[in-house]
Amino acid sequence: MKLRYFAWVRERIGLAEEDIEPPAGIATVGELVAWLAQRGDGYAYAFENPKVVRAAIDKSHVKPDARIEGAGEIAFFPPMTGG
Amino acid sequence: MTTTIRLQREMFDAAAEAALVTRSRTDIGAVVTFTGVCRADENGEAIAALNLEHYPGMAEAEIARHVDAAYTRWPLLGVTVIHRYGRIVPGEPIVLVVAASSHRQAAFTAAEFLMDYLKTRAPFWKQVEKPTGAAWVETKAADDSAAERWTTPPPSREAAK
Repeated sequence: MKLRYFAWVRERIGLAEEDIEPPAGIATVGELVAWLAQRGDGYAYAFENPKVVRAAIDKSHVKPDARIEGAGEIAFFPPMTGG
Repeated sequence: MTTTIRLQREMFDAAAEAALVTRSRTDIGAVVTFTGVCRADENGEAIAALNLEHYPGMAEAEIARHVDAAYTRWPLLGVTVIHRYGRIVPGEPIVLVVAASSHRQAAFTAAEFLMDYLKTRAPFWKQVEKPTGAAWVETKAADDSAAERWTTPPPSREAAK
């Protein structure tokens, strides 16, 4: 699946997007975050406060308990500040 | 109903966009136009510009979902939402919401509803250019509570008459 990062999540990880194959057993967005956070210092920094980072699956907002099975694109980003 | 949703780097003309909503129709009695403008300060600090990042595709979809919700909740006859991205300097417009209806109440309320949701749910992120460097704008609790008030069930249209 494709992961996309925006704003300071993107800056901390150092990537705008990447293709990943999470290991079996990673079923939810929250579990994916925990797995990503241990992939390196940038990831750990981006997800140091997982409650702050928001997620979207296929361009719709989701909560941490959302299942990732079948997702084409998962995005992580800070709280939004548009308008 | 005339619905326009646009994301763009370029400036927009709020008056021209509002005129488009009422063009060649006579059933609209109220047009509310809100324009968000870039200020020269953020929390008391001078800024040179805003840089707006967005999530292409999701931003349009999220705005469309809230425009649909507004049409469901209020008797609207037209809605325009334009949100800019990229570099915006103080004095320039950032966002436009136009809401049109037969009467003013629906137009005022829907415009406010749309702005509250744009601030907290549309995937845009503001970064400010300060003399000390670039900084991401933090979410304001007031924006969250402004959006929260719309989550209570709306009064029925019958009761409002």
